[in-house]
Amino acid sequence: MKKQIFRSIAFLGMFSSAAMATTSIEWWHGMGGNLGETVNKMAEEFNASQSDYRVVPIYKGTYEETMTAGISAFRAGEAPHIIQIFDAGAATLMNAKGAAKSVQEIMIENGYGFDIEDYVPGVRYFYGDDKGNMIGMPFNASTPVLYYNKELLAKAGVQPPKTWEEFEGIAKKLKAKGIAAFSQSHTPWIFFENFHSRHNIMMTDQNNGFSGLPKKLNYNNKHLAMHLTKMKEWKDKGYYNYYGSNWGDNQTPFEKQEVAMWFGSSGSFGGLKKSTDFDFGTTYLPYWNSVNKDAGTTFIGGAALFSMAGHSKAEYKAVAAFFDYMTKPETQYFWHKETGYVPITTAAYELAKKDGYYKANPDAEVGILQLSLDGGEWTKGYRMGFYPQTRESIYREIDRVMSDKTSVDNALKAIVKDGEKNLSRFARTVK
Amino acid sequence: MATKRVQFSHSPIPYLFIVPQLAIIAVFFFWPALQALYLSFMLEDPWGLSSQFVGFENYVELFSSSEYLSTFAFTLLYSSIVTVFSLGVALVLAVKANAILRGQSTYQLLLTWVYAIAPAAAGIMAYFIFNRNIGVVPEFLNSFGWDFRPDTNSFDATAMVILVSVWKQVPVNFVFFLAGLNSISKSVREAAQMDCESDSRRFWTITFPLLAPTAFFLLVINITYAFFETFGLIDTLTQGRPGGSTTTLVYKVYQDGFIGADLGLSSAQSVVLMLLVLLLTFVQFKFIERKVHY
Repeated sequence: MKKQIFRSIAFLGMFSSAAMATTSIEWWHGMGGNLGETVNKMAEEFNASQSDYRVVPIYKGTYEETMTAGISAFRAGEAPHIIQIFDAGAATLMNAKGAAKSVQEIMIENGYGFDIEDYVPGVRYFYGDDKGNMIGMPFNASTPVLYYNKELLAKAGVQPPKTWEEFEGIAKKLKAKGIAAFSQSHTPWIFFENFHSRHNIMMTDQNNGFSGLPKKLNYNNKHLAMHLTKMKEWKDKGYYNYYGSNWGDNQTPFEKQEVAMWFGSSGSFGGLKKSTDFDFGTTYLPYWNSVNKDAGTTFIGGAALFSMAGHSKAEYKAVAAFFDYMTKPETQYFWHKETGYVPITTAAYELAKKDGYYKANPDAEVGILQLSLDGGEWTKGYRMGFYPQTRESIYREIDRVMSDKTSVDNALKAIVKDGEKNLSRFARTVK
Repeated sequence: MATKRVQFSHSPIPYLFIVPQLAIIAVFFFWPALQALYLSFMLEDPWGLSSQFVGFENYVELFSSSEYLSTFAFTLLYSSIVTVFSLGVALVLAVKANAILRGQSTYQLLLTWVYAIAPAAAGIMAYFIFNRNIGVVPEFLNSFGWDFRPDTNSFDATAMVILVSVWKQVPVNFVFFLAGLNSISKSVREAAQMDCESDSRRFWTITFPLLAPTAFFLLVINITYAFFETFGLIDTLTQGRPGGSTTTLVYKVYQDGFIGADLGLSSAQSVVLMLLVLLLTFVQFKFIERKVHY
C-alpha cells in the first residue's frame, strides 16, 4: 500500500515537472464556424512545431461577447494571455493604461526582432499608439470592397463603377433593365468610417484620436451629408436596396442575384465563392470625384490580437513565440488563402504573389491592393472611446432615414450628439 | 381556521435547512443587485482601472435621453399587449380544450409542447420563418399585397416580435388555466348548468371568478416574461431594430453594458428596472389581489 502511494506521488511529480516545462497560454477569440476551425488548425500547428509552449484557443462568441468576457475576466484578475479585440472596440482597450501590453514591447523584450515596416502600410498603425508603436497585432484584417455580378452588369452593358459619379449612370442603365444596382452590409464601417478614410477626411479632433482623447466627432460634415442624401435618393429610385442593418440579410440578395453589386468585406471572398454559382468580380470601393479626386486607401476592419497585462515573464515569452509564429509568411499566407483576410506582412504578400495565388485568383488581391493605395493625413486609423455604442446609433438613425422617419441632417445631428456624449464620458474614465 | 400560537423550544436544524436557499438568494440576487446599485452612481473605465463617484448623473443622462424614454414607452406597450394576448388566447384555448370530450389529451399535448422551446431557439426559428430571403411568411403576406418588411419597417418588426412572444407564452398560460379549470368542482359546474342556460354568462359568473387566482398569478408571471425573458427572442430576431423600434428596457441594458461597455449607464438602467418591477409587484398585490377570491 505504502509503496503504491509513493509510486503515485513519484508519478505525479514527474507529471507536474513535465507540465512545468510547457508554458500554456490562453487565446480568446471570436471566430466561429469555418474561421474558428482555421484558428484551431493554426494553434495546433504551433503546438506541434515546438514543445516549450502551448496555446489554447477558446471561442468566446461574437466580437462584442469576446470583449465583454475579456473585461469581466480582467476585472476578476483572470485575464487571458491573448485576446482578439475588434476594430471599433480597440480604443476601449488601448486607452486603458495598464490593461494591455504592447505587442512590440513583448517581441523586443523576448529577443524577437520587430520592425513595423515589415507590415503592410494600411495595416501598420491601425492598432498603434501616437508614437507609431504597435500595441495590438493586426490579425484578421479586411477592408470594404465592391463585389459585382459580371453577367448582370453585361446585360446592361456596363462596367463596375470607379467613382460614385460613374455609379449613377450605371445604376440608371441597370434599372432600365429591371435590375437593382446594389445592397451593402455594414453602414458604419463602409459608409461612415471608410468614407472618411477613402476621401481623406478628418473623423475626430486629436488626430482622429491618436494624439489624445477626442471630444469632437466630425460626422456632420457636408461630404457625408451629401453622400447619405444620395444614398436615400438611390434607395427611392430603386438603385439601392436597403434590407436593414443585418449583415447577412444584405448579402443574400447579391447571392440570389436580386442586386447586381454588393459592398462587403474583402474577407467575404472565400464564403462568396462557395455560396454563389455565378461569375463575380471584385473591385475598389468607389469614391466621389467631387470630394477628392485623389482618393486613397481605406481602413482595415476585423480585429487584432492584444496581450493582456499582468502575466508572468515566462508566459509573455510564450506569447512572443506565438506572435512570431503568427506573423511568419507561411502562416499568414495560409490564413489569407483559407479566409480571404489580407496578409498583414509584406513578406507574406510577396509569398502569395510568388506562389501565383493572385494569377489564379485576381479578386483575392483587391483588398490588399486597396490597402496599399496612397494614404493621407486621416487614413491611419481612428480611436474613439465607447465607439461600438456610436455604431449602434448610426444603425438606428440610418434605419430611420431609409424609412422616412428622419432627415439626413437630423440623423447626422443625432449621431454626433450620441457619439460626442460617448467620447466625453469615455474621456472622463481614462486616468 | 383558528390560529394557535404554541411555542416550542427551537432546534437550530430548520434554519440550517434554509441556509443553502438563503445563500443562493444572497449570492445571486442581493449581491448583484447591490453591485448594480453601487455601479449606477459611478463612472467607470470598462476594465475597472479607474472609477469615480458621479452621483445621479447616470440617471439624469437616462431620463434626458429621448431614446431611453421611447424604449421605456415601447416596453410598457409591448408588455401590455403581450400579456393581454397571451392570457386571452390561452384562456380561450383552455376553455375550449377542456370542453372537448374525445381526444382531449391530444389537444392538450399539441397546445403545450411549445412550452419546451427556449426563447432564443424560438427567436431563431422565427427568424427563419419571417426572414425576407428565406422565410415563408413574407411570401405569404406579399401575396395579399402587404409588403411585409420586418427588417426595415418598425410596425412589421413590432408585430412580428409580439406575435412570437405571445406564441411562446400561450402554452404556459394554457397549462395553468387548464389546471385551474379542472380544479373547479363538478358539483359547482353542474349546479350552474341547471340554473343558467347561457354558456357565456356561466363562464363570466362562475368559471372566471373561480379562475381568478390562477389568472392573477399568471398576470404577474406574464408581465415578468414580457419584461425579461423575451430578451433571447429579441436578440435573435431583431436586435432591437429597425431604428431601435423593438428595443426593450432589458435589451438596452445589454446594449449599453455588453456592446458599449458603459457599466455605469447600464447599471443605472438595471436599477430603474428593479424599481419598476418592485412597483408593479406592489400595485398588483395591493390593488388587484384584493379583487381576487381564493
